[in-house]
Amino acid sequence: MATVLEMPSSAPGPLATPPDLHAKHGWRTAKSSLMSVLMGLSLVAVMIPLGFVLWTVLSKGMGIMSWEFLTSDIPVSDRAQGGGMGPAVLGTIVITGFATLLAIPLGILGAVYLHEYGGVSPLARFVRFMSYVMTGVPSIVMGLFVYTVWTLRFGLEGVGGSLALACLMLPVVIRATETMLKLVPDYLREASYALGCRKSRTVLTVVLPAALPGITSGSLLAVARAAGETAPLLFTIGYVTKNNSNLFNGPTTALSTQIFRNATSPFVGAQDRAWGAALTLVALAFLFTVAARVISARFATKR
Amino acid sequence: MSDAQEATVVSDAIEPQPVAVNERVAPARLAPEERSVDPDAALGVSVFECTDLSVLYGSFRAVQPTDLTIRRNEITAFIGPSGCGKTTVLRCFNRMNDLIPSARVEGEVRYHGVDLYGPDVSPTEVRRRIGMVFQKPNPFPKSVYDNVAFGPKVNGVKKRSELDEIVEQSLRGAALWDEVKDRLKASALGLSGGQQQRLCIARAIAVQPEVILMDEPCSALDPIATARVEDLMQEIKDTYTIVIVTHNMQQAARVSDRTAFFTAEVNPSSDTRTGVLVEFDRTTKIFSNPSDARTEAYVTGRFG
Repeated sequence: MATVLEMPSSAPGPLATPPDLHAKHGWRTAKSSLMSVLMGLSLVAVMIPLGFVLWTVLSKGMGIMSWEFLTSDIPVSDRAQGGGMGPAVLGTIVITGFATLLAIPLGILGAVYLHEYGGVSPLARFVRFMSYVMTGVPSIVMGLFVYTVWTLRFGLEGVGGSLALACLMLPVVIRATETMLKLVPDYLREASYALGCRKSRTVLTVVLPAALPGITSGSLLAVARAAGETAPLLFTIGYVTKNNSNLFNGPTTALSTQIFRNATSPFVGAQDRAWGAALTLVALAFLFTVAARVISARFATKR
Repeated sequence: MSDAQEATVVSDAIEPQPVAVNERVAPARLAPEERSVDPDAALGVSVFECTDLSVLYGSFRAVQPTDLTIRRNEITAFIGPSGCGKTTVLRCFNRMNDLIPSARVEGEVRYHGVDLYGPDVSPTEVRRRIGMVFQKPNPFPKSVYDNVAFGPKVNGVKKRSELDEIVEQSLRGAALWDEVKDRLKASALGLSGGQQQRLCIARAIAVQPEVILMDEPCSALDPIATARVEDLMQEIKDTYTIVIVTHNMQQAARVSDRTAFFTAEVNPSSDTRTGVLVEFDRTTKIFSNPSDARTEAYVTGRFG
């Protein structure tokens, strides 16, 4: 049988031999398979630490986890078995919540200025550069900063923690929002201007709604990240064992600082509480992330 | 001859009426014939009069000084090869070039005698009276209803019943109502390309402009959708003045009353292209008996 390649010809009638449409095995196929395997391995490599962290936190934290644990006071003595983390859960929610209220509106407004108004003006460039620098500031430095400008003057308070967290969230929110505003196509702005719409109105009614899903998920990820921060809270919020929901009156506590304190304690009861607090914090971060996904998906279907 | 007579009749029929959407323009300014330098002034009320209109991007001159008169209730087509400045000139009429930081407009564009680039002129007000439909359908990522209601809302219409009526009228005006009346709340991005473009036309007419500028409105559409948009242009011509940029010469010949042919002159020293208006005349003349050899070469397909 001749293996000469059958050329398409203009002769009438069907081809003498049917065209061979099978894949040609060779270096290209091998390279493709090799790369697929490498990508699969990378995925596994990434998943292993995540899996171990989740498994460890779940297995060690589930023992102490209960509604009691989430609501009751922290034992005054580290030696005590059982007890709860109620004040820390409350503190984390209140401190992070207030930080969110400070950072997200400011961050979004800043990004709107940078992208829609400032552009390449010197002020906008300076602000953009500074926000990039701010992204790189270690959280403990941010904590020290708030300690010197706020805590030394007003004492240990929840609001100090909120300020430190807000400083950490702000550049993240600005960057996420500016990126999302960049993704809003210019033809939408043009369409709005062509209808006789002013710039401010265009930003409010066309640009921000179009960018909202991305801004929401970016901001909520910043919140989840801030909720787990420990270092900035160590200097600023102090320590209590009873609920203190007032940010402006006296020290309070948070899950992350409780983990730090209890995990370094030599007593088994405290270590159990640290694992429980860790599980609570992971669950909170998970909830935020899921909420971010749900919200952005919800807005996305409306588009 | 017969063309001129027809046009005169049309202008007679229209002239005594005030411009419905234009109450704020002082009547004194609505007598452009008096100062018009155009010998064909009797053919219709001129909406735009450009004198030495030229556009620069930075120091680069994109369009050579151009004189051009656009008349009311006519469809004026701009044709010419890519890069000849058709769109740039079109965007001067509603000051969209203001949005490009490096762009600068020289010369004069008078809209019913008022200098569009005068010191007290608000681009927002200009754009409310002079609507625009873009090359690519660009509905907002909102519902069909909200897309059409957007302009009226921006311009201060608040009552729901009033908005409902404007939306229905505009969608009917754009020949889209029957297709979308049952899904006004659905996303505009779910419509087909042709429907999206008609939605953009509905959105443009919802603010009741006097002029609609169309920048290659059919270049992204299939022939059926194109035919619908062209029919629509003929239907709304009695109410609006239309200026259309098109790459499609058949389209210009089919829909327009007047055609302006632009071409690009290559500058050999800098290898840049500058747009030049070659000829501006009645469409029948441009396509049957053009005065300029370049126009003839273009419309017969020998160039561009």
